[in-house]
Amino acid sequence: MSDPVLEIKHLVKRFGDQTVLKDITLTVEEGEVIVVVGPSGCGKSTLLRCINALEEIQGGEIRLKGAEVSKTSSNLAKIRQRIGMVFQSYELFPHLSVLDNIILAPTKVQKRSKEEAKEEALALLSRVGLREKADSFPRQLSGGQKQRVAIVRALCMHPEILLFDEVTAALDPEMVREVLDVILGLADQGKTMIIVTHEMQFARAVADRVIFLEEGVIKEEGSPDQFFEEPKTERAKEFLKTFTFERKRSRV
Amino acid sequence: MFSEMFLKLWDNGLILKGIWETIYMTALSSVIAYVIGLPLGVILNITDKDGINPIYWLNRILGLVVNFFRSIPFIILMVAMLPVAKLIVGESLGNRAMIVMLVIAASPYVARMVESSLKEVNAGVIEAAQSMGTNNFQIVRKVLLPEAKPSLITGAVISMVTILGYSAMAATIGGTGLGQIAISYGHQRFNPDVTWCCVFLTVIIVQIIQEAGMRIAHETDKRVRGSKH
Repeated sequence: MSDPVLEIKHLVKRFGDQTVLKDITLTVEEGEVIVVVGPSGCGKSTLLRCINALEEIQGGEIRLKGAEVSKTSSNLAKIRQRIGMVFQSYELFPHLSVLDNIILAPTKVQKRSKEEAKEEALALLSRVGLREKADSFPRQLSGGQKQRVAIVRALCMHPEILLFDEVTAALDPEMVREVLDVILGLADQGKTMIIVTHEMQFARAVADRVIFLEEGVIKEEGSPDQFFEEPKTERAKEFLKTFTFERKRSRV
Repeated sequence: MFSEMFLKLWDNGLILKGIWETIYMTALSSVIAYVIGLPLGVILNITDKDGINPIYWLNRILGLVVNFFRSIPFIILMVAMLPVAKLIVGESLGNRAMIVMLVIAASPYVARMVESSLKEVNAGVIEAAQSMGTNNFQIVRKVLLPEAKPSLITGAVISMVTILGYSAMAATIGGTGLGQIAISYGHQRFNPDVTWCCVFLTVIIVQIIQEAGMRIAHETDKRVRGSKH
């Protein structure tokens, strides 16, 4: 087996005197899709933000194919180019057209030619069904369309790993579907991904491995079937119960 | 209806000359104040503790200098800066000296305006840019300034109107323009119609700056519906 894409060892993240991530160790192999679930405030998003060095870490280390990812490392910009991140609230540049949003970093950061970046951007947009929106501005798109553009923007950098931070949390149900279908397609292509989500059905469909995070600790880790059918810990059972309604309203 | 003085000033073109001098002083001072204030505002923003490149001591020092100049009333600043004007343009009277005063007074003001415009830029968008590996220089040029453009233009309008007001005050120590006409021909020689005429003309200039500026700001704002793109 080749070297892992991402290695996290004994990661500790504190905000002030509050420890948000306690000794997280996680290895992500090439082509693997990891889904991170857990109650809100458990540190899921913080974990992703640490992997992209948007947060400083207080202990442990994160390595992308051997290279250290840290807010203080001198080649941080170089490493960040290899990590794609998609945010909950899209974070498209409002003053740029869809196409310019996508090619900004490839042309300015990676110094690729405008023609080549454009060509790839348009091809990727076609794949997510947004070819005709290339010249629109973000404000003219629906939430689901914005999120698909944000995914294309991340893809166009050819990242070695993609991080999805609750990318459907702000969307209406139909739009959730269109975005999740795109991510499922990426999984089919063998992209390496870490996905934080509250969509349990989707988690089960897309994951190679599910991680259950609670209070900054990995409480449980396993295949999706194992995790959703027979969770090992009580906490995971309780957490999964919150997604089903066993009691119906009583009618008098 | 008009006093003799007014007709005289009108006939020998002094009023037109006053309009021109006011516009010229305001425009030139504004341009120079932005050449100094814009980079200063950017530095204040990015070196802030929440900025993209926090440098505590630099932010503190610049902030103190800016606050120092901003807390001095313009009329006192003008008198105090007479030697500085003499040093820079070789004279402490006349419009060239006045432009130095206006720039000294306006640059810190502009810096704060720019700083607050940049602060409005959504932090998430900056993080998105960072996550793609952009360096700080690229973030300033490609994200911060373009994102803040409508707000920067609105700020420029407010700054220009302030500078216009300052330029009228400069008349008290030897500046020219509408302010000087209002003070020496209107106020000091008891011709209220001259004063009011200057007031009226100033209002019109302010209106033009305001209208034009707001229109440009709206046109460049890609976030609002109804703007062209």
